[in-house]
Amino acid sequence: MARDQIQYVTAPKVEDNRKKYCRFKKNGIKYIDYKDANFLLKFVNEQGKILPRRLTGTSLKFQRKVAQAVKRARHIGLLPFVTDQLK
Amino acid sequence: MNQYETVIVLTPLLSEEAAKEALAKFTAIIKDNGAEIIAEDNWGLRKLAYPIDKKANGFFHLTEYKADGGLVSKLELELKRDERVLRFLTVRLDRHAIAYSEKKRSGAFNKKPKKEEASA
Repeated sequence: MARDQIQYVTAPKVEDNRKKYCRFKKNGIKYIDYKDANFLLKFVNEQGKILPRRLTGTSLKFQRKVAQAVKRARHIGLLPFVTDQLK
Repeated sequence: MNQYETVIVLTPLLSEEAAKEALAKFTAIIKDNGAEIIAEDNWGLRKLAYPIDKKANGFFHLTEYKADGGLVSKLELELKRDERVLRFLTVRLDRHAIAYSEKKRSGAFNKKPKKEEASA
């Protein structure tokens, strides 16, 4: 039914208790490119704010790299600092 | 000799060759001071996520080069002075970043990998 097709950006609170994993460790990603805006969009919510680790499940080491990449992308104008309908 | 990567955002008001000429000036600075340019990438005109200096889009240019630290401060001084440049960002590349940019240049990501794209 319709509920299944909905693509959740941030995991819904209630029934989503599947094991979260760090996608960087799992896929062996070593470097997060700040120039690649549409990859970074996955770690930013609709207002353009960086998603917390408890929702994305990334490890601390890579969360810092994501945050740094997002901030660099914002500086050179690839990502907005704040917006209302980013996706 | 560290490896650096500079992204320069020029104002869109420039004509094509004026932008080229501005970029040539900066690459000349890098070349003269005994640095070695590894790659240059021109993204051309792109829409900015927020207006910078009242302008909605910018002319993006990426330069990757191997140099020592002194050169970067010299280059950035020039970038600050030049009013055609809206924004610039110089980043020192660690070994993962170097491996990533080589992989990207060699086209390892051109075919769409199953789930993770670009920044593998």
